[in-house]
Amino acid sequence: MGLPDILFYVFAALTLLCGVLVIANPFSRNPVTSAMFLVLTVISMAGLFILLHAFFLAAVQILVYAGAVIVLFLFVIMLLDLKEEERRKIKKFSLVAGSICVGAIAVISLKSIFATEAGASRPLAVIEGDTAALGRLLFTQYLLPFEVVSILLLVAMVGVILLSKRNLE
Amino acid sequence: MNMNVGLEHYLVVSVLLFCLGLLGVVMRRNLLVIYMSLELMLNAANLALVAFSRFNNNLNGQILVFFIITVAAAEVSVGLALIVALYRKRHSAHVEDLASMKL
Repeated sequence: MGLPDILFYVFAALTLLCGVLVIANPFSRNPVTSAMFLVLTVISMAGLFILLHAFFLAAVQILVYAGAVIVLFLFVIMLLDLKEEERRKIKKFSLVAGSICVGAIAVISLKSIFATEAGASRPLAVIEGDTAALGRLLFTQYLLPFEVVSILLLVAMVGVILLSKRNLE
Repeated sequence: MNMNVGLEHYLVVSVLLFCLGLLGVVMRRNLLVIYMSLELMLNAANLALVAFSRFNNNLNGQILVFFIITVAAAEVSVGLALIVALYRKRHSAHVEDLASMKL
């Protein structure tokens, strides 16, 4: 077991632990702590991306998620003054029913993963997901989706500006 | 189960993370935390795609993850704007208070 394998277990444990703390923190029900643990989840997942040689995506993950998405979340949390979160109780029935359903989905997916024969358990050849390789593919084979996504971003921007106007008429 | 890290290890992490996100969507009653759980689910899908891309020696999965991240950023901005607009009308970010379609 080499260093990358040890790092995989460290990052995977960190990702799952912080993921648990995003949805159910026993110490605080404040959305700000959830957002902070989401940052940690995203960063440890960028570590997993680096272990998978997806260097560009690891950088994009940190830049976009930790840099933009979480900041947006924090802005909105502070904009809406969410103080009454603490008082509400979770209903027992929805807790039990939800965990049974999600547990069933988890068991089915995990069993299907272990039931299949692992064909390529080791990478055959090393592909590098660095900026040059991804950019070459993005601007040749995937040029049209790239342009469509840029239009989508423009549409989202216009939509957000329209939605945040104080009086919608 | 061997300890050497292969494709199935990444897939197991991805499935567990996805189920965590799903659990958050089902259990939590705060709109913002539900939104964060959605982000967790998207991230789990991204992890599975990058792992498949690595172990199948094919960069297309990483391109797809790039597009997913872009669309997720757009989706978050629009969704949060909707939440803010809803909060202005109803003064609540709790799904139990938002049970009717009429504003």
